[in-house]
Amino acid sequence: MLDTLRTLFLTALHAFHRRATVQYPEQKPYLPPRYRGRIILSRDPDGAERCVACNLCAVACPVDCISLQKTEADGRWYPEYFRINFSRCIFCGFCEEACPTYAIQLTPDFEMGEYARPNLVYEKEDLLISGSGKYPGYSFYHVAGIPVPGKARGTSERERPPVDLHSLLP
Amino acid sequence: MTSIRIDGRDCPTRTGINLLQACLEAGASLPYFCWHPELGSVGACRQCAIRQFSGPDDTKGRIVMACMTPVSENTIISIDDPEARDFRASIIEWMMVNHPHDCPVCEEGGECHLQDMTVMTGHDTRRYRFTKRTHRNQDLGPFVKHEMNRCIACYRCVRFYRDYAGGDDLAVFASHDNVYFGRAEDGTLQNAFSGNLVEICPTGVFTDKPFSATYARKWDMRGAPSVCVHCAVGCNTIVNAREETLRRVLNRYHEDINRYLLCDRGRFGHGFVNAPTRIRTPLRAIDGQQAAIPMTDALQAFARMAAGGRIVGIASPRAALETCFSLHALVGPQHFCTGQTRHEQECVELAHALLTRHPGALPTIHEMESADAVLVLGEDVCATAPRLGLSLRQSARQASFHTADDARVPRWMDAAVRTLGAQCPSGLYVLTPAPTDLDDVAAQTRRAAPDDIARLGFAIAHEIDPAAPAVTDLAADDARLAARIAHALVAAGKPLVVSGMQYGSPALMQAAASIATALARATPAAGLSLVLPECNSMGLAMMGGLSLETVMEQARAGAISVLVIVENDLTRHLPPADVAELLAAVPDIVVIDHTATPLCRQASLVLPASAFSECSGTLVSQEGRAQRFFQAVFPPAPIQAGWRWVQALARSLDPSAPHMTGLTVWRDLDDVLSALAQAFPHLAPAVRAAPGADYRMNGQKLRSQTYRASGRTVIRSFVNVRDQPPPRSPDTPFSSSMEGAYGPDMPAALVSGYQASPWNSVQALNRFQHEIGGPMRGGECGIRLLSRVGHSDAKPAYATDIPRPHLVQADTVLVLPDTRLFGSEELSMFSPSVMARATAPALGLPAGMAATGRMVLHLDDGPHMLPVEPVPGLPEGIALCPAHMVARAFRFPRMARLERMPDEGGRS
Ligand code: SF4
Ligand code: SF4
Ligand code: SF4
Ligand code: SF4
Ligand code: FES
Repeated sequence: MLDTLRTLFLTALHAFHRRATVQYPEQKPYLPPRYRGRIILSRDPDGAERCVACNLCAVACPVDCISLQKTEADGRWYPEYFRINFSRCIFCGFCEEACPTYAIQLTPDFEMGEYARPNLVYEKEDLLISGSGKYPGYSFYHVAGIPVPGKARGTSERERPPVDLHSLLP
Repeated sequence: MTSIRIDGRDCPTRTGINLLQACLEAGASLPYFCWHPELGSVGACRQCAIRQFSGPDDTKGRIVMACMTPVSENTIISIDDPEARDFRASIIEWMMVNHPHDCPVCEEGGECHLQDMTVMTGHDTRRYRFTKRTHRNQDLGPFVKHEMNRCIACYRCVRFYRDYAGGDDLAVFASHDNVYFGRAEDGTLQNAFSGNLVEICPTGVFTDKPFSATYARKWDMRGAPSVCVHCAVGCNTIVNAREETLRRVLNRYHEDINRYLLCDRGRFGHGFVNAPTRIRTPLRAIDGQQAAIPMTDALQAFARMAAGGRIVGIASPRAALETCFSLHALVGPQHFCTGQTRHEQECVELAHALLTRHPGALPTIHEMESADAVLVLGEDVCATAPRLGLSLRQSARQASFHTADDARVPRWMDAAVRTLGAQCPSGLYVLTPAPTDLDDVAAQTRRAAPDDIARLGFAIAHEIDPAAPAVTDLAADDARLAARIAHALVAAGKPLVVSGMQYGSPALMQAAASIATALARATPAAGLSLVLPECNSMGLAMMGGLSLETVMEQARAGAISVLVIVENDLTRHLPPADVAELLAAVPDIVVIDHTATPLCRQASLVLPASAFSECSGTLVSQEGRAQRFFQAVFPPAPIQAGWRWVQALARSLDPSAPHMTGLTVWRDLDDVLSALAQAFPHLAPAVRAAPGADYRMNGQKLRSQTYRASGRTVIRSFVNVRDQPPPRSPDTPFSSSMEGAYGPDMPAALVSGYQASPWNSVQALNRFQHEIGGPMRGGECGIRLLSRVGHSDAKPAYATDIPRPHLVQADTVLVLPDTRLFGSEELSMFSPSVMARATAPALGLPAGMAATGRMVLHLDDGPHMLPVEPVPGLPEGIALCPAHMVARAFRFPRMARLERMPDEGGRS
């Protein structure tokens, strides 16, 4: 008897607690930038596609929902197509962690509901944003050795100009 | 058998090898760079440092390079020794000082020996804060990409290219840590084996250029064991595929054949599979236009064509045994043609007969490397059987190995053996009409017309065994040469005679067989090898059939209503007039092929067959080895294997038709093979060329994808977002997915790729071998159908039809086929990279005759205007015309008229 009354009392007490429910979608919660939501592909500071089609995100993905094909223009690697099947993605963020160029990033956007599953298959056009996302300033090709338009051989960070093969000087 | 102690563990090993090999064979992971099983050790990279103790009481020991230290009984070493570890880690760190930050954009990434070694030594953080050295790259032609920044200066590339393969246009330049591995100037690498740099270089300096255009990481590609289809040597390959397209061809180790190396035609010739010339749907000629039609319509059309009339089948020496046999089953033995002219067929059958009768040895490509005297009789092996040519090049080093043995220098001590061998004589004699790539290592060369070479050959046989017929009126210096060569061959412990059918000369092959037979009387190891033109020439010779001429006669008599031609471009065998006549005489031509050859354009019905990467089948190499290739790509319907098309044709026919026993009920390749074994008992062992589709390892199929192939749930989602089941593979013991067994002990014929953690590069092969450079753990691969007859005391039967000497004629020249490595082979010339590598056809003339810039050659199919180039040493009265490149059917010598250009004649 006493127990029953106590339960009733505690339940009633809850009516006066502070509310935890957020009135979504009228009210949007704060999500930190490192929240793992919709995946995007970012761009270099100079506006070119950051992804170099190295395939590391695809192989890191535990549900195998990323696929892409490398192609090349003027020595610069980039994906011919880049596809993510979001109906499979578990938003683990492994791809972002694997990416050596900061190209693939998870964003705080999670509003991706669709009525038809095929609409969850995102192609490169759907993924590519115009900025550099969470990592401004980083440009892979300015660290890597291969030359690309606008960066001649031997002018990357910490590189000497190409060796003159005809010189025998030490 | 001796034993060494590695970190306290006793490991059985063998003498005659170095400690690095011994460690690897014992399963230890010891990093290395400059050592390569085929190239030996030079101790250049210092990566393989270990600590060696002088005895059980020695606690100090000393650091040695494992690759430079021979195994001796009771050697005690430590790989885990802290100082040795530090040594190795600092070597890697040093190499990495200048290494670019390229892995994500490096074609080597994921299968990079340098990556593996870096992880193995534990170097993971860059401490060096200064600048990196950079290099400019070169354009090395259509096959190999160059990225010099990634070089670690291990010297493997130049040691392979110059010392092993005999190339002279790749070298090392500059000094100290600026060393540069490249050409003196930009330009195509000229050596026929340049593609091997891709696998030999442990880093991403040299990478596969055509592969880079359709690049995929190693872990993402499906692999299947395959066999090269670009010549009759039968090198083993691995084909890699992703998204149902063939991406590249890699070497697959076969201890007796290609071992670690492929020729460029084999490595880059696969481009025909994805070329725009592929046939992808059935085509039906309607009012002179070919239109795509559905498969059912095609089969109905065939049924209408065949109703009541006689079907004749033309097979092909480039089609698999199963495909040829299915055609045989469809049309019956009386109407089965091998797709070769009588001349070609006679040559191939003669080669088969000579090899079966040969009392000595039938050496494998690897055994040829240890032949101590070699006679090449009238065959440019470097163009017709390139990998065989590379083995003969190694045979020229036998004397230096013997010198090294005498000096007690181990054979793997590469630099020392090469220095010792610099003055050693070569035992290679090259008698050919035109210069060959082997001339530079030959003890002697002789240029003569094929008939004169055959005469020389008979004279050599007579010198060795007087019972062999003598050659009358031989010129004095020819007689001296014959005596010298005979002497060298008789003195050798393992002599070898190589010839072939490049010049369509039965006499040449007879002469070669006579020499080898004569030698075999005293030296049972005397070898004979005959080069055949196509990947399944031998298989077809063992099956037999009508010649094209016989089919022509039947066609002229109006006895043929449908010709079913399988994977054969008749325009490469018959002159245009004959092809036209045949096509006119037969109402309906059905061509089953994968590539739109000129013949396809004239067919009433074309059916799309699968290429070698898209089906499984068996090929018989020139040494009579049946080998199976497996499916890596699952093409969309209606592309299917040749034999499945033939079966579909059979099923579309009236079921009461008399022929085709059993053909319609075959379910898979194993059914075809068992029917083949019944019909041709001497081909029956071919069934065992590889395990059948029911093979299971630990109760599982073998996986053909790596354990970490990516993109499974997305790759086809643009077609359908629901998961697709992996394609079925009824003809193979492989599952087409990541599921299944895989391991170093799987049958050698089923190795679909090499990976054994922590070895991700091709060097993981070490783990799959029983002994490095020796047999595979998984046993034999392929099966030889020709066995050695063995020595008999009966008097050998020598051929007696010695040809007459070649006579120079005033108004005509003897036109010989200039068989080219790139250009003369059919399928590789549909591959864009090989097309780019092939040079324009030119007419080769003796240096004295090559006066004008261009001349007109009158071949069977009319006059051809050709630029002329002088060929040093070419005998008088002979012209060299590229085989199949000028006149498509030109493959054998003929007399022809040669004229100056009408307008240039006056000026010159
Ligand atoms: S890991 Fe990054 S650079 Fe590499 S393919 Fe993925 S997104 Fe592109
Ligand atoms: S060679 Fe190897 S380590 Fe160097 S960039 Fe290429 S993959 Fe990376
Ligand atoms: S190019 Fe490759 S094989 Fe040649 S020295 Fe450099 S790393 Fe070694
Ligand atoms: S030698 Fe012949 S079989 Fe070997 S890779 Fe070259 S073309 Fe292919
Ligand atoms: S592998 Fe031993 S020093 Fe290079």
